[in-house]
Amino acid sequence: MTAYTATVTVRLKHGVLDPEAETTKQALERLGFELDSLRSADRFEIDLEADSSGAARERADEMAERLLANPTIHDYDVEVDER
Amino acid sequence: MTVSIIRFGGSNCDRDAERALAHLDIDADIVWHEDGLPAETTGIVLPGGFSYGDYLRAGAMAARSPIMADVREAAADGTPVLGVCNGAQVGCESGLTDGAFTTNESARFQCEHVYLRVERDDTLWTAAYDEGDVIEIPIAHGEGRYEISEERLAELEDDDRVLFRYCDEDGEPSAEANPNGSKHNVAGILGDRETVAVLMPHPERATLPAVGPTDGQGILRGLESTDSSH
Repeated sequence: MTAYTATVTVRLKHGVLDPEAETTKQALERLGFELDSLRSADRFEIDLEADSSGAARERADEMAERLLANPTIHDYDVEVDER
Repeated sequence: MTVSIIRFGGSNCDRDAERALAHLDIDADIVWHEDGLPAETTGIVLPGGFSYGDYLRAGAMAARSPIMADVREAAADGTPVLGVCNGAQVGCESGLTDGAFTTNESARFQCEHVYLRVERDDTLWTAAYDEGDVIEIPIAHGEGRYEISEERLAELEDDDRVLFRYCDEDGEPSAEANPNGSKHNVAGILGDRETVAVLMPHPERATLPAVGPTDGQGILRGLESTDSSH
């Protein structure tokens, strides 16, 4: 078994309105910053042990599918690194 | 017959629902989610509130609690299930109904009275109304914007699964009358079976004459016309 950190990033699908990101963008603009747009995402860093990085990825994928992301509104990606 | 009102940690409209159902002479018990669904359950309410503190996403944790497997099974067997507000979010997260309720377009919590247009009058939940009726019911939510792909929403509309839409006083589902940016002004939808319905507005807060309009009574009456085999 090897120790891995699986990083799951969950973001809204393209085209799904993100009112919190829009509010954050406006707040940055009020502070005087110039920006075109802003997107936010949730990042989960999961420490786990698995036989291979593929197995770690598979488990993290299932976690995203079953809980961390809502497929109706979210896309997600998974990165796996040894730790 | 006994309606089970499922109480999760953080539910806070369970007692309102119980009181409203009692006013309508509908027998109901509050059931703690860890105790499982009672065998004599003839109808289910997923009440409003902030189950699990809205951690991760509103309704996400409650939707994956063990009792929801019982609720899905009962729903598949035809037991009426009504999800209100947080219960509607739980309903969508658990797959009882399509789509998702997410952050209001305003990014703010909104607590106000709204008008709903009754889209169908041939379901348990709307038998007391006529199609096109305008009813007044309060909302109180920060994550009530109905979100779904246009393709899937078109399919749901073709199947006549939209139960209520936000509208103005005259029944027009205008952008101005849409409090949270919901797609196509959707306020409530039906599941695969018409005995399953979820909505963001609170019918239990529009039932007791002492607290205002009573237009929500008809929706709750869907829980009294239950199949005697359950």
